[in-house]
Amino acid sequence: MKKRILAVLMALVMVLCVAGCGGGGAAKKGNGLIKVGIINNDPNESGYRTANDKDLKATFCEANGYEASFAYSLKNDEQITYAQKFIQDGVDYLLLSAADTAGWDSVLKDAKDAGIHVILFDRTIDADPSLYDASIVSDMAKEGDTAVNWLKGQGLSEYNVIHIQGVMGSAAQKGRTGALDAQVAADASWNLVTQQTAEWNAEKAQQIVQSVIDSGASFNVIYAENDDMAKGAVAALDKANISHGVGKDVIVMGFDCNKWALQELLSQNWNYDGQCNPFQSSYIDEVIKTIESGSSPAQKTIIMDEKGFDASTITAEDVENYGI
Amino acid sequence: MKTGNIFQKIFRRQIMIPLAAFLLLAIFNLVADPSFYKITLGYNSAGNPVLSGYLITILDYGSELAILAIGMTLVTAASGGQDISVGAAIAISGSMLLRCLCGADTRSENLNMPIICAFLISMVVASLFGAFNGVLVAYFKIQPMVATLILFTAGRSIAAWINNNELPIVNDQSFAIYGGFIPGIPIPMPFFIAVIVMIITWLILKFTNLGLYVQSVGINEKSSRLNGLNPELLKVLTFVLLGVCVSVAALIKTSRLMTINYSVIAKDIEMDAILAVALGGNALSGGKFNIPASILGAYVIQFLTTTLYKFNVSSDALSAYKAVVVILLVVFSSESVRGWIGGLFKKTVAVKAGKEAKS
Repeated sequence: MKKRILAVLMALVMVLCVAGCGGGGAAKKGNGLIKVGIINNDPNESGYRTANDKDLKATFCEANGYEASFAYSLKNDEQITYAQKFIQDGVDYLLLSAADTAGWDSVLKDAKDAGIHVILFDRTIDADPSLYDASIVSDMAKEGDTAVNWLKGQGLSEYNVIHIQGVMGSAAQKGRTGALDAQVAADASWNLVTQQTAEWNAEKAQQIVQSVIDSGASFNVIYAENDDMAKGAVAALDKANISHGVGKDVIVMGFDCNKWALQELLSQNWNYDGQCNPFQSSYIDEVIKTIESGSSPAQKTIIMDEKGFDASTITAEDVENYGI
Repeated sequence: MKTGNIFQKIFRRQIMIPLAAFLLLAIFNLVADPSFYKITLGYNSAGNPVLSGYLITILDYGSELAILAIGMTLVTAASGGQDISVGAAIAISGSMLLRCLCGADTRSENLNMPIICAFLISMVVASLFGAFNGVLVAYFKIQPMVATLILFTAGRSIAAWINNNELPIVNDQSFAIYGGFIPGIPIPMPFFIAVIVMIITWLILKFTNLGLYVQSVGINEKSSRLNGLNPELLKVLTFVLLGVCVSVAALIKTSRLMTINYSVIAKDIEMDAILAVALGGNALSGGKFNIPASILGAYVIQFLTTTLYKFNVSSDALSAYKAVVVILLVVFSSESVRGWIGGLFKKTVAVKAGKEAKS
């Protein structure tokens, strides 16, 4: 008897689930709204992604003339499935931040055949440019160059760098690593004390820096490819009583411009933070308006403005305006 | 002949497996670079004496894992399966802890409530999630790995929801103690916390019949029921105890960084915890268990991680190296190989004795 009740309950739950999904997916046409399907990475992935998702949700709302559906996944194959679903639903625009650069050709071709405009944001993919209308991205290599140039400008006699990398193979890691690697190869006074991936993870970064401290090797720069990892590194420094920040023993560099990280800059505990602009929605909005008016966007690839902040010049307004 | 028996006995002791692994790593480091064992006394930024060195790092960072290994051993023994949601549970428990400490304002300068209260609340939450897993396993008879898969998948989203997707940061330095040092004592606090948990566990096992009951449930559920035990309740209890361990580990982990990133905190720690149990020579199918062996197993894993970091093994290759070590350990700890090694010792001793007798 117990089992039967349980079975009935479970069946009910399943039916409700199916009904729920059906309700969400049912599309209404002809209400004058532009239908966009947005495929993004999981907003819980990082502060960057959370800000990115918030920004998109704020722009693509009914008040602005959009009917938006969101789908999140960190896995490419799931994202492709979502894309197929959006194509079947007949969206007008498909906005895509791809988890992986490969594997998108056939689904984007389907979209093109169905007359759907595809706009890539945040991340670019390996596909023929004719398959999408525009791509709004950060130039990660430029972010790396800006940071390394800033570091060069510090005029240290010797650069012994602990390089903490992001997840290997991601665009952010490649761009930010590339610039530093090139500089280290070109200049004999630049050395890498260690070069390790902490996979965007503060705990791993802390252990990596701890290991360097334990080994007794000397270093004067921490180049962490995001703020979380810089924080982990700083936690290890604090534990070992190694001073860091403006005018101190170790220069700390991070990326992404989280608000809390910029506050660390403001209080002179860190030295540099490179911006990675998550606010793409205004650019996307502009592109959509252009396409709706019948013309095509002037450039296919739009690279957003990105800054690097120096602890000695950062202001409280910068923290407010650029912190995510 | 007698010595042979002793060797065989030693090799059949469960604690020998992690101990052998430990010695192997220790000798490897001694040969490769003796400076591995250097410990220096310094002063931290607060001006308090602290010890530093690789060995201290191992004691420090291995402690969370040792605490988790205790709970995981009990769960394994009672249910014959493993909880793969401990990483996600740490994210939940840690988020709850910081939520209580920071209140609604994620940047508050002052603590919203005493740390002990926040910790107790997070412990209750973690225990409830443990009980949820336990009920699924014990009463609904779902395989532990499948049952805990639910929380494994959903846990980090729940953690995100607890803090409204925000990243709370604790500014009060008194919270840093749990992942750092107590002023004046140069040994890392996580190690002390781990020792306290070990002592409590030891007392529980010594003065209650929990250990015996858990073992009998793991060995034969039916016969233990016939003997008047309640296997379901005992299973739930082990999951709740694991929940308590999770909340302690979460306290240490959040205190280390004074913040929490729920999407990556304690990532893949469940695999290390299960590995610690396996390294301890415990049968993953349940039944008899040995908690000290699991604890030693946990520190061996950290020993291995620290060693790999020291030799600059790129950390994305770390898991591959770990896998190799695991294969070796599992093979060497298997009943047949251990018996064979024990037998080998016996033989050589016998041969020696024979030679001596001849001459």
